[in-house]
Amino acid sequence: MDLATLWFVLIAVLWLGYLFLEGFDFGVGMLLRVLGRDERTRRVLVNTIGPVWDGNEVWLIVAAGATFAAFPGWYAGLFSAAYLPLLLVLLALIGRGVAFEYRGKIDSARWRALWDTVITGGSAVAALGVGLLLSWNVLGLPLDARGDRVGSAFAALRWETLVGALGVAGFALLHGAVFLALKTEGEVRERARRLALRVAPVALAPLAATLAVVQVREGSGWTLVPLGLAALAAVLGWLRLAAGREGQAFAALGVVIAGTVATWFGALYPNVLPSTVDPAFSLTIADTASSPYTLTVMTWVAAFGTPAVLVYQGWTYWVFRRRIGTRHIPEVHAP
Amino acid sequence: MDVLDLARWQFGITTVYHFLMVPLTIGLSVLVACMQTAWVRTGNRRYLAMTKFWGKLLLINFAMGVVTGIVQEFQFGMAWSEYSRFVGDVFGAPLAMEGLIAFFVESTFLGLWIFGWDRLSKRVHLACVWAFSLATVVSAYFILAANSWMQHPVGVEMVDGRPRLTSIWEVLGNSTVLAAFPHAVAGAFAVAGAFLVGIAAWHLWRSTKDGSAKDGSTKDSDVWRASLRLGTLVGVVAFAGLAVSGDLQSRLMFEQQPMKMASAEALCHTEQPAGFSVFAVGDVSSPDCENVKSITVPALLSFLANGDLDSEVLGVNDLVEQYRERYGEFYPVDERLGELSGQPIDYVPNLPVTYWGFRLMIGFGAIGAAVGVLAWWVTRRGRVPRTRWFPRLALAAIATPFLGNSFGWIFTEMGRQPFVVAPNPTGVDGVWMFTAQAVSGLTVGEVLGSLIALTLVYGLLAVVEVVLIRRYVRGGVDAVLPPEDESTKDDKDDDVLSFAY
Ligand code: HDD
Ligand code: HEM
Ligand code: HEM
Repeated sequence: MDLATLWFVLIAVLWLGYLFLEGFDFGVGMLLRVLGRDERTRRVLVNTIGPVWDGNEVWLIVAAGATFAAFPGWYAGLFSAAYLPLLLVLLALIGRGVAFEYRGKIDSARWRALWDTVITGGSAVAALGVGLLLSWNVLGLPLDARGDRVGSAFAALRWETLVGALGVAGFALLHGAVFLALKTEGEVRERARRLALRVAPVALAPLAATLAVVQVREGSGWTLVPLGLAALAAVLGWLRLAAGREGQAFAALGVVIAGTVATWFGALYPNVLPSTVDPAFSLTIADTASSPYTLTVMTWVAAFGTPAVLVYQGWTYWVFRRRIGTRHIPEVHAP
Repeated sequence: MDVLDLARWQFGITTVYHFLMVPLTIGLSVLVACMQTAWVRTGNRRYLAMTKFWGKLLLINFAMGVVTGIVQEFQFGMAWSEYSRFVGDVFGAPLAMEGLIAFFVESTFLGLWIFGWDRLSKRVHLACVWAFSLATVVSAYFILAANSWMQHPVGVEMVDGRPRLTSIWEVLGNSTVLAAFPHAVAGAFAVAGAFLVGIAAWHLWRSTKDGSAKDGSTKDSDVWRASLRLGTLVGVVAFAGLAVSGDLQSRLMFEQQPMKMASAEALCHTEQPAGFSVFAVGDVSSPDCENVKSITVPALLSFLANGDLDSEVLGVNDLVEQYRERYGEFYPVDERLGELSGQPIDYVPNLPVTYWGFRLMIGFGAIGAAVGVLAWWVTRRGRVPRTRWFPRLALAAIATPFLGNSFGWIFTEMGRQPFVVAPNPTGVDGVWMFTAQAVSGLTVGEVLGSLIALTLVYGLLAVVEVVLIRRYVRGGVDAVLPPEDESTKDDKDDDVLSFAY
């Protein structure tokens, strides 16, 4: 495998890390009002992701940065063509980021209700936006020969890509519910589990639909393997959840998203950003990759950096492994 | 306005805004780490109170730094796609390194620090705050290396019209970043110092009013005194560091970007020896300088540039000739350049901005440090001034290093115009890019929409942050260190969390 292809795979892995980790953050955010019926329970929910949401978000920052470094043309083409969805993602991430930090800083029901709305809305919009972005990337954008978008800001909006947006949001919702079942105790845990069981088929339907479209349009023979694995894991995860094995269900959802990302990026290969105007305009790995020297430098950095990140992020999850319940929540203490 | 102007406004607004949070985060996080170290080593409650109080303000600020930083990371591709394509081979690497090496550490260990008070041993918990705060400094190095490359491209060769990286070490060891990094970090400590002084001075003054003790020694006054002293010390040392590193930067700038330095001085005609203009009356914006009366220190500029009192410093008018010869008289004919296509290139940056930006940077920084010294003097040996001007002045002075930093950036970035990647007159030939060529092919509607949306959201959040900081400042130590917190708890598992959102 040459370095450029290696970096294509690494970027897929970064997106996988992002979708897997911030997927449940988004889900918890979307479910804040649904599962958190009173203030104490809502605080339980927020605190399940409190220590980790920022670290999870850095996967997105690094996915973008790595794309910039390894495939500048891909980064430039995708980010400028998808200007508006990205703006929405940014605004949503800004809102929910400060909301987590600020919601408890003033002891007032109205203040908290305001930030809860921002968390719920921000999580949903960010998940939809990321889904739209990735669907556009896989299914193609109207690019001209220079790699710039032809037509208006909405030129790329097609129904298939909207299904893709729902696919990521639906996955995040389910992933968040299962995560909560795994991380909380008592009544919240029970409700999260029941909700996950009930919504699973609906939540995963758009993801299945978008994967089918990608496979038919762009897929090759071997992408059927990860696709099949994802489908299998979805069913298995549902059964394990029904059996009360939350940890196994959570892991199964990890396989679902891994299979999804593998199918997407497998279907892309050897393109990085297909053009819907003329296949000759599609950006490929070969013509957007940085020089071998830059890729070598980056490979060294990644070779040392990535394992370290996995170790200390893993350690964080271990430190905060305990389930949280309403009895752990301290009294409000704010000036 | 066209897409170029809108994109420049957007970049300027979002970046200056991001850099309001950044220096406070960098400076304060290192100071909080020092406070916590003092607490772990001495067990003195004063240091725990300081850690908790300043740590809380740090967190309120940090959240905003993070969310505005994501915008920065995305903006290059969104609004400056031609730029990203042009520099990607070089510029992307430090950006990605910043993420992989610094941001992951920063965000993960911050989470551990906030929530880990009762989950980690004292020493491990202390290690977490150090990991987090040093990572903010490391992140500054990488981003400044990226920015310095735009000021002074090194370590590349031109291949097919684009710079290609030949040595990452030259980029990371660029003379420009070696001077800019200490300057920016010192600027961060100047901010943190003034922040400590202002708030501590206000608390000291207030403690004389609630009458708990005649001499103003309430239970927390030792906390405020220690904070004020620390802030003064940090502020003064930081300002000295700024002057030394700034002097270094000036020297490099004469070599690397002569036009920027001439504009900073509104030096129209070549002079030998050249005087340093302290203050100017009249219109510095017309390059013939007819109406400018300026108060100058003779030969100081020659000294700043070359370290002697009689060398020649080129003025704007002569430099324009030089630049035309080297980098062309006209923009290429290209429809993407819009109105600028085929037009003559204006090599003179906005003179009032560069001239005043430079002076305001230094002036505001100096005021901040001076107020720190004053506040320390009037509170020496247990004194507390009763006058109202004392807290007012100290609080107002918090703004000065923030302003100094903003003007420093505005000067650096606008003094580089019309280039986004400035040519390196002594290094690799032919590596430069005009700002007008860097922008994405977007519609006016898109950029105008995003500019309005981001500015509104940033404006709202600024209000929220200030309101929260005010509340927590007023709350004092009691707001962040409830009495029961001070007794050490041993019964681990069924206990409530000592910290939760
Ligand atoms: C001199 C320092 C400095 C400068 C010039 C910049 N930043 Fe910054 N940035 C920081 C110093 C910093 C920091 C101190 O590390 C921050 C501030 C608050 C924080 O969380 O980390 C940060 C946060 C921050 C984050 C969020 C990190 C996280 O989630 O933890 C991103 C993505 C960026 N920045 C990106 C940028 C980009 C693309 C810049 C260039 C235009 C930029 N920053 C200028
Ligand atoms: C790596 C870091 C940075 C990079 C890559 C960068 C790059 C750029 C770019 C591409 C532009 C737009 C082109 C232009 O109009 O000049 C710009 C403008 C600007 N930047 Fe920077 N910048 C960086 C850091 C900063 C920081 C931290 C600040 C200040 C807080 C800053 C202040 C400005 C300002 C004020 C402008 C507007 C100038 C104008 O409109 O002419 N920059 N910079
Ligand atoms: C005391 C004398 C000072 C001198 C001689 C000085 C000099 C300089 C110079 C020459 C530059 C431009 C570098 C370039 O564009 O290549 C610069 C940039 C800057 N200055 Fe200063 N400065 C001083 C004080 C301050 C103070 C007090 C602050 C803030 C509190 C400050 C903050 C900045 C910032 C943020 C930049 C832009 C970032 C950078 O290039 O490092 N400076 N300064």
